[in-house]
Order: sequence, then structure tokens, then C-alpha cells
Amino acid sequence: MTDRSKITTVNSSVPTDWKSDAMQARIGRRYRRERIFRSLGLAAVVISVLFLVFLLGNIVKNGAYGFMQTSVSLDVTFNADLLGDPSVLSAEEFTEKVRKTNMLRLIQASMRDLFPDVKGRRDTRALLRLVSTGARAQLRDMILANPSLVGNTERVELLTSDDIDQVIKGNIDITLAEANRKVKDKELSWLKTLQDDDRISLDFHSQFLTGGDSREPELAGVWGAIVGSALTLMVTLVTAFPIGLFAAVYLEEFAPKNRFTDIIEININNLAAVPSIVFGLLGLAVFLSVMGMPRSAPIVGGLTLALLTLPTVIIASRASIAAVPPSIRDAARGLGASPMQVVFHHVIPLAMPGIMTGTIIGMARALGESAPLLMIGMVAFIVDIPGSINDAATVLPVQIYLWADSPERAFVEKTSAAIMVLLFFLIAMNGVAIWLRQKFEQKW
Amino acid sequence: MINTPTETNLDTVQASPKMAARGVNVYYGDNHAIKDIDLNLYADEVTSLIGPSGCGKSTFLRCLNRMNDTIPICRVSGQILLEDDDIYTSGIDVVQLRARVGMVFQKPNPFPKSIYDNIAYGPRIHGLAAHRTDLDEIVTTSLEKAGLWQEVKDRLDTSGTALSGGQQQRLCIARAIAVNPEVILMDEPCSALDPIATAKIESLIDELSGRYAIIIVTHSMQQAARISRKTAFFHLGEMVEYGDTTEIFTSPKEDRTRDYITGRIG
Ligand SMILES: Nc1ncnc2c1ncn2[C@@H]1O[C@H](COP(=O)(O)OP(=O)(O)OP(=O)(O)O)[C@@H](O)[C@H]1O
Ligand SMILES: [Mg+2]
Repeated sequence: MTDRSKITTVNSSVPTDWKSDAMQARIGRRYRRERIFRSLGLAAVVISVLFLVFLLGNIVKNGAYGFMQTSVSLDVTFNADLLGDPSVLSAEEFTEKVRKTNMLRLIQASMRDLFPDVKGRRDTRALLRLVSTGARAQLRDMILANPSLVGNTERVELLTSDDIDQVIKGNIDITLAEANRKVKDKELSWLKTLQDDDRISLDFHSQFLTGGDSREPELAGVWGAIVGSALTLMVTLVTAFPIGLFAAVYLEEFAPKNRFTDIIEININNLAAVPSIVFGLLGLAVFLSVMGMPRSAPIVGGLTLALLTLPTVIIASRASIAAVPPSIRDAARGLGASPMQVVFHHVIPLAMPGIMTGTIIGMARALGESAPLLMIGMVAFIVDIPGSINDAATVLPVQIYLWADSPERAFVEKTSAAIMVLLFFLIAMNGVAIWLRQKFEQKW
Repeated sequence: MINTPTETNLDTVQASPKMAARGVNVYYGDNHAIKDIDLNLYADEVTSLIGPSGCGKSTFLRCLNRMNDTIPICRVSGQILLEDDDIYTSGIDVVQLRARVGMVFQKPNPFPKSIYDNIAYGPRIHGLAAHRTDLDEIVTTSLEKAGLWQEVKDRLDTSGTALSGGQQQRLCIARAIAVNPEVILMDEPCSALDPIATAKIESLIDELSGRYAIIIVTHSMQQAARISRKTAFFHLGEMVEYGDTTEIFTSPKEDRTRDYITGRIG
């Protein structure tokens, strides 16, 4: 106190010369520092944006073709001798007969019309391999959906094999020596013929979004993984949200402050930093070994991810509960609200936007996790769309991992396309979280 | 025991006190915040608690409806009687106690809900209204008693936090009245308000004083003089002097009281 008053008197005896050179130099230095600091910040932002743009650009560039698939138009004669006559047979008999028919023969017949000079079994087989193995199912479904096709000749679009698809997309270098590439000269010449005939087209491929996994890239889809992720996250939400919320409410509002609750609190914070694969080991030990739950099932995956998200939910919930002003609690208490009424009528509703934001962010993290799920066997090749939380399933990140691991060139773009789907869901979830935060933000 | 000696010269004979403190001590950990306080608080009159900052006025006030319970380090000894029951015995229902002894806080703290729901909350949790019409009635009369009805009757569904500070404080008073308390505790209810809003609250307290026992903490001696019949002067956790407001301000018996009133301690 005395010191400061002395300085004040010393200073006030000589008025500060704001125009002196020393002063000007000081101001100049201050401005310069400010400029450097700002450009450093800007540079950091630019670098991160560049990385992000590069990453996203790469994924989109690779992945865009993943949503498209090459098909070939063939004039298929729906031969009544082969398929049976729907006007004579009963509906069941017809279905039975169609199911038993080898559709390859229809394709073979139409190919023979296009390439009359291809002879010999090897060449015929190679010719048929231009078309995807999925074309058979495609034809069968078409006939069953519309039996009146039988007896007619129709132009139908059938998927090509993934190799042909890759040639069309320019991913196979056809200038290489024939021995070094998968697609041989003969096949390329047939493809040329088809192209000249305007029979080859590259279109949006909805099966990628609606189908399950497959060994054939042109037939593989992400819907199975999307459903698997949805079922898994549902289990995660249903367990992690209430448990996390009640744990947070208890710790924040009711728990006595002592050594024991301190230890719990520290450990919850530690759990949030535990590598996710450790939770997978825990899930393996507890849910599979001890409790004997089904392998590869969303119920186990969901519970494992719930362990992973619980700390996030608890920490976010506690933070937003603590942010509810004490004056609101006092007001309710002063009116005679019981501790539980204070919590349920006032604290939780006011903290809910924050709790939900935290939960969604936790869910988004769970959606992106693959490591813990590998530990509990959600890494299997599963073609069927899971119908319940007990069915074997896979999830989006694991599907990406599986495809990235596949040898076929065509899976590269499927991998990127699946990443785009995953990113879409992640961005959507974070968008919802931001929207919730802004919509319900409380001003005190 | 009914009348303390200083009250014998009152023209009205007092009934038994509505609330009474008997040898009350409050500790925050090792901090002895309230020292051996004996005080009678009567229905139908306003009692002011005055004293320098930190002397324990709020602490004492919060003992009267056990709002101190939520502070873990706070310990209360002695007796506080509401009519004839000690509110610190274990059998007492704190929820019911706080419905009988309402509280208005220093900073207006309406719930971030509609004006209607702010008032209706207390009656709802205590089951005071059987029907919606009863509830409407309670809301209307509470707002009328708090002098807020004319200002808000057309916008009962707007948020209570959207009102001005003075309106918010009257809303809080209306909210306290709505559960039909017997005692209302007010901790510096006007400290965040401008003189006009303060005047409104003061006249409101004046009007309410016939129906409820009102105990108000204030730093404004003019306010204490204007609105209260009785005044208690606190200093360093002790109650130095208690008596008729006019006597406290014109002829205090204790030196410390005189020093405080004339601005020498504070
Ligand atoms: N929650 C608390 N925890 C610990 N000590 C407290 C708490 N509340 C009050 N005290 C202490 O109790 C004493 C009395 O405080 P109190 O709030 O009752 O004073 P006051 O007379 O209301 O003051 P003011 O006029 O400034 O509001 C002070 O020494 C204060 O530090
Ligand atoms: Mg105070």
C-alpha cells in the first residue's frame, strides 16, 4: 500500500511522455508481437484445414465411385421351357421352378447372340464372367416379381464383375503387359464390343446402401453394418444414458464428500482415458466368458461400448448439473421441495441439454470405435442384415476395417465410400448435439 | 417468558411468539458464526435484522427454515421453536417446515419457467390445489397480493426470467405466498433493486405484515425504520440489542448499536 502510493506520487510529479522515442518503440514492439501471434494462429488454422481438406478430398475422390457400379444391358429371353409357364403352373410350383433354374443359362443364351463366334468352354466361361455372379439373383428376383416376363425378350441391366467395373472406372492399367493384369486382352475386346454397342453404363448403385456384406465387391453393401451399428448404439444408449445420468446425479447432488467419493471421482476420470481395446478385453471376459452371451452380437457390442461411453456421459452430466445455478436449488428448497423433487423438477430438466450433448458425443465416439468390438468377435464376415440385438452383426468401422483388408482392388473404393457413410452419421450426430446446445442454451 | 422486559411498555400486549430462538449457536466448521442467540419473532409484525457484513444475519435467517442443512460443515445447536415445536428435532418434516416458513432471497431467483408455473410450483408439490381452477385462483390471488397481477396478467405464460429485476423479486414473493406460509423470511430482498422497485416491495411488505410474520435482513437502516416494528442488531455473531424499531434508532441502549447506526462500525 505504501509502496504503491509512493510510486504514484513519483509518477504524478512528472507527467508521462507518451510521445517519447522509448514509448514509441515500446508501442511498436507491442504491435509487432501482436501481429506475429496472430499470424502464428492463422498458420495453425490453415495447416489443420489443409490436412482436413486433403483427408476428406482423398476419401471423397476414392469413395465417390464406391456408390457407382458398372452394368451391362443384355437382351435376355425369358425362356418358358426353362422357367416354366406361370399360366399353367400354380404360383408355388412356378416359384419353385424358377428358384431351381440356373439363370446363367439365360445370360449365356443372350451372350451367345451377341458374340456368336466365341466357342469353346473356356472362352464361354470367361465371357460369362464379364457379368457379376450376382446377376443370377438379379434375374431370379426380376422374374418372381413379374412372372409375365416369361416368354418375352427384354433388355435388362445386369451388374458386371468387379474387374470389368474397375476397367471402366479406370482403376486397372490396361497398358500393362497382358500377363501382369487381371483382365485379359480377350475380355477387353469383348468389353470394347459391348461399349461400342452402347451396352455399358456406370450408374448410381443403390445396393451399396441397401445390401449386406459380400465377397464380391460389386454386391457388397453397408446396410448390414449400418443396422448393426444402430442396434449396437441402441443398446449402448439404453444402458449408458440412464446409468450415467443417475451416477452423475448421485455424485453431484447426494453423495457425501469424503475419501471414498473422491476415489470414485478420480477413477471415473481415469476411465475416460483408458484405451478402448481394454474395454474390449473387459467385455470379452465379463459378457462372453462369464455371462455366456452370444458372440458377435450387438447386445455384447453395445454393452462393451456402454462401458466405454459411461465415463464420458458421467463427466458431461456432472458438469452440466454443476452448472445449474445454486439459486434455483435454493428457490425450490425454500418452497419445500424435497431433495428428489429439486433434482427431478429443476436440476435435471435444466441440465438436460448438456447431458444430451455429452451423451451424443459419447455415442459418436462409440459409433467410431472398432478395437473393442474386435475383441468380442464382431469382426466376422456377415452377409445377413441383423434382425435383433442377438443376431451376429458387424458395425460400420469394423466393416471398413474388413474391406480395407480385402485383396480385391474394387474394395478400395468401397472402403472409402463406407468411410463417407460413417462420417455422414458422425457429422449428423455432432450436428444434432450442436443444435441441441444452441436451442436449449440457458441464459441466467 | 411471553414478553421480554423491554416490551412491557408496548401498548399492545403480545401473544406467544410465532417463532423463537433459544440459545442458538451456529458453527461453520470451527467458525463460531452465531453466538447464543435468544429472540422472539411475533406473527403480524415485521422484524428487521441489521448489522455489519459478516455478522451472521443470513446465517441466523437460514436457521429459521433449516436452509443451512444443505451446508455440510454447518452445525446448529440450541432450540428454534415454530409455535411450540422445535424445528431441529429429528421428527420434524423439513419439507413441511419450509412450506410453513417461506423464503425470499437476496437475488431474485425465478425458475426459468412461465410466470404461471413459477407460482403454481409450490401449490403443486404440496397438493394445495385439487383442480386447475383452484390453481388458477391461487396464482391470481398470489400475484395480486404481490402487486404484480396488473403487470403480468396478460402474459402468464411468458418466462419468469424475462421480467425486470423488481418484477422478478415480486414474483418470488408471490411464489412464496402461494404456498400459504405462516412466516416469510427475506434476505436483503431489495439489495439488487432500484429505489422505485424497492418502494414497491416495501409497500408490499407493509401490506403483507398483517397476515404473516415477516423477518427481513437489510443493510438499509432507513428501510428497517420504514417497514419494521421490531429490530434486532447483530454484531460479530452476537445479538447486541433487540427492541422496538423506533427505540433502537432513537435511543439505543448499547454503545455498539449507537456506533453502528451513526456509521462508526460497519
Ligand atoms: N456457507 C458457508 N460456509 C462457511 N462459512 C460461512 C458460510 N456462510 C457464511 N459463513 C460465515 O459465517 C459468518 C456469517 O456470515 P453471514 O452470511 O451470515 O453474514 P451476513 O451477516 O449475512 O453478512 P452480509 O451482510 O454480508 O450478507 C461469516 O463469517 C461467514 O464467513
Ligand atoms: Mg447475508
